[in-house]
Amino acid sequence: MTIIKTKYGRRSFIKSTVLAGGGMVLGFSWMAGCKPTPEQVLNMPKEWFNINGFLKIGENGVATIMSQNPEIGQNVKTSMPMIIAEELDIDWKNVIVEQAPLDTTLFKWQIAGGSQSIRQGWPVLRMAGATARRMLMEAAAQEWQVPVEEVTTEAGVLHHKASGKSIGYGAVASAAAKVPVPAEVKLKDLKDFKIIGTPRKNVDGLKLVKGEPLFGLDYRRDGMLIAMVAHPPAFGLKLKSVDDAAAKAMPGIKDVFTINTYNNGYEKQWCDTSAFPELVVVVGNTTWEVMNAKKVLKLEWEPSTAHTETVQGWGGPQKVTVPGGLENTNDHMTKMASLTAKAAKTPLRKDGDPEAAFKNAAQVIERTYTAPFLAHNTMEPMNFFAHVTADKAELVGPIQTPEFIEKTLSARLGLPLEKIDIQMTRQGGGFGRRLYGHYVVEAAVISQKMNAPIKLVYTREDDMTQGVYRPAYHVTYRAALDANKNLVGFHIRGGGTSESPVHANRFPAGAVDNYLAEEWTLETNISTGAWRAPGSNFIAGAEQSFLDEVAEAAGKDPIEFRLALFDKAIASPVGKDNDYDAPRYAGVLKEVKEKSGWGQTQEGVHRGVSAYFCHDSYVAQVVDVVVEGGKPVVQKVHCAVDCGIVVNPEGAHNLVEGGIVDGIGHALYSAMTFKDGTPEQSNFDKYRLIRHSEAPKSIAVHFVKNEIDPTGLGEPLNPPIIGALANALYKATGKRVYDQPFFMGKQMLG
Amino acid sequence: MAIFNLNINGKKQQVDVDPLTPMLWVLRDHANLVGTKYGCGNGTCGACTIHLDGMAMRSCQMTVAQVGNKPVTTIEGLSENGDHPVQKAWLEHDVAQCGYCQAGQIMNAAALLNSSPNPSDEEIAGAMNGNICRCGTYIRIRAAIKTAAG
Repeated sequence: MTIIKTKYGRRSFIKSTVLAGGGMVLGFSWMAGCKPTPEQVLNMPKEWFNINGFLKIGENGVATIMSQNPEIGQNVKTSMPMIIAEELDIDWKNVIVEQAPLDTTLFKWQIAGGSQSIRQGWPVLRMAGATARRMLMEAAAQEWQVPVEEVTTEAGVLHHKASGKSIGYGAVASAAAKVPVPAEVKLKDLKDFKIIGTPRKNVDGLKLVKGEPLFGLDYRRDGMLIAMVAHPPAFGLKLKSVDDAAAKAMPGIKDVFTINTYNNGYEKQWCDTSAFPELVVVVGNTTWEVMNAKKVLKLEWEPSTAHTETVQGWGGPQKVTVPGGLENTNDHMTKMASLTAKAAKTPLRKDGDPEAAFKNAAQVIERTYTAPFLAHNTMEPMNFFAHVTADKAELVGPIQTPEFIEKTLSARLGLPLEKIDIQMTRQGGGFGRRLYGHYVVEAAVISQKMNAPIKLVYTREDDMTQGVYRPAYHVTYRAALDANKNLVGFHIRGGGTSESPVHANRFPAGAVDNYLAEEWTLETNISTGAWRAPGSNFIAGAEQSFLDEVAEAAGKDPIEFRLALFDKAIASPVGKDNDYDAPRYAGVLKEVKEKSGWGQTQEGVHRGVSAYFCHDSYVAQVVDVVVEGGKPVVQKVHCAVDCGIVVNPEGAHNLVEGGIVDGIGHALYSAMTFKDGTPEQSNFDKYRLIRHSEAPKSIAVHFVKNEIDPTGLGEPLNPPIIGALANALYKATGKRVYDQPFFMGKQMLG
Repeated sequence: MAIFNLNINGKKQQVDVDPLTPMLWVLRDHANLVGTKYGCGNGTCGACTIHLDGMAMRSCQMTVAQVGNKPVTTIEGLSENGDHPVQKAWLEHDVAQCGYCQAGQIMNAAALLNSSPNPSDEEIAGAMNGNICRCGTYIRIRAAIKTAAG
């Protein structure tokens, strides 16, 4: 049994307790039934009692649980309330989930990013549920005049065994709301979980299949106008002149003007990335009218000059240089290759004597891997509703970083934080794109200028060509084998546009005596940002492909080869700060080895394996490729995951499957390329995303069972699959693939 | 601008719009039926799929004038209570992640099952290939279509 102090987040409990009851005080109602009947569940309660900031209970025992984090498809609107409901000890059928607005006084970490929602939320959400349960127990104990220790709960009902008394949560909710917040509460033993670890359907499932308005783009308000923006057609250009006469004369158009997203001299936060802060805005009555008017704008552009800006990052202020000029993909590749060819002035990490190890090696294997820029391509394009008046700003829409963007809005609009209200809608995908909230600020500035409620809508083309891409990467690996085929030296040198993907302390660091990691970055004016599994989504595939080649050269089975390295990292780790837990890492490999029947050969089935650790979860995958009609087809993927306790197996399986499909698709088909600064892909006719016929035929998911606090699943699945796929393609075709996307042009899987 | 007497989900609805307005925007901006989603505007993602005379169509590629008074069904009109076999199968398989593309997927799947009540995996892949799911729920979609086929 765990006892925790209600310290963290206590403010939210106290604040809400003061508000409890909503003015109307109901006594202890003996008339209420023990358990709400199905009919009562269908009927909303007449009265709600706020127990704390996370939940309220109705007089009929139904609970409303607030979901604090943005829902971008990662299932947090279902899984996070499940954690509260578990500790509250209520029947999940009697729970209604509502999206909480941004409220930094009540909630912490209202962010969708880094696969951190469940990890950060776990202790807080358990406490929220457990505190409420304790308050209900105390209310019942007072009423029954029995010691609170003798009160038990089960599925929304309080019991006193000695007297045989029972009462539903709804009946004591009013009294419980007035109970002082306990200083400490008991958490459930994991073995007593009834909701966590059981598959639960998406709480918005029915609304989604009925097409109910859940998304930002669906939001509307009386008198709302539609706004669109025009940005320069190429990175390295800015607005020179606007001829808006024709656009203004188009039907339904209210105004055309230019805006600056940020004030002069504003010091950007990390999430304020925008290559095009100066925009031309068209505002009108309907989407189609605004789209048409935008097409007849006559806009001239001119080169933007190189400049330096200071950006507030996670680790403090950073100076960022944005070069001028119109960039090309071919030039990027040439420049990146020359940077990888040069030794870094200072290595990120050096263990042993790598120079000597390579010099004395019996065999050196050297391979280079590359990947292009990628667009996020959320299916719901960027959009936001804004209604800004002289004294307040109301914003509704999809954003992964509401608590950050609120600060940007405050600076831009000149309004204090408490006058800015941000409501989060369900989001049609995030993948990191909606961490960068320039479009929220644009919407607010447009509304302020129009003095009217507006909804800013990006077309697909606006969305795909605006920037904030996954950087392009280039990395070279070298491995040194001694005469006995032992791995005695390992060297990684690489970088990318604006960001290096090299993680010096990740595996196989710690498992090789002589190790060297070096990095570089290439400045670019093409804006980049976090894209699902940032920093890992390329390098995992490169590393795991390379290890496959090294294992082959060493004459070893690729799983046994890795397991031997983990054995070394466990028995005698090299260096310090190794950024992984070797037994858990090896654990997922062993799990996937067993579950996939690794080692058994099947006629015509070609297998590749990989394992990776990022965003706090461990993943190992085996891909089975068959060749049909001369084309490789992913027949099956076996996946082992260690993310600690699995909160909602239904949503978790879905996320694992999705991450795998996403990883395969981007590795095979997707690229964003540039000619003279202009994105060469602007819609799904040119930008290839994986489609139904190309998805794996089946995916078998195996979660490692343990009692470790849960970590996230939004990101860790897609990085390793690229390696497993590349390794299986090699077995199927005899050719190694090094440059993403593996299939260019019309070539398709299957 | 011109008056159109539309027949949407069994109800008559009059709109006064530019005849070249894509049906997608008539539904979303004029009929307040926002279940039909905007994804690409060029017919390559399938998020805007509706039924016209029972056939799956991309509403971003059809003008209101082309639709005229032919019967249109949107996701809101596929069933009264979300209990069309395809919708029920989608819930049973908990298909959605972000959910944005799913209305288009469901409408396309329902039309597929109308024309081919027991589709093979290949038929499903072929018929559904125009509908992108960025979250990668294709395997669940395939399973749900098979369940709906019964």
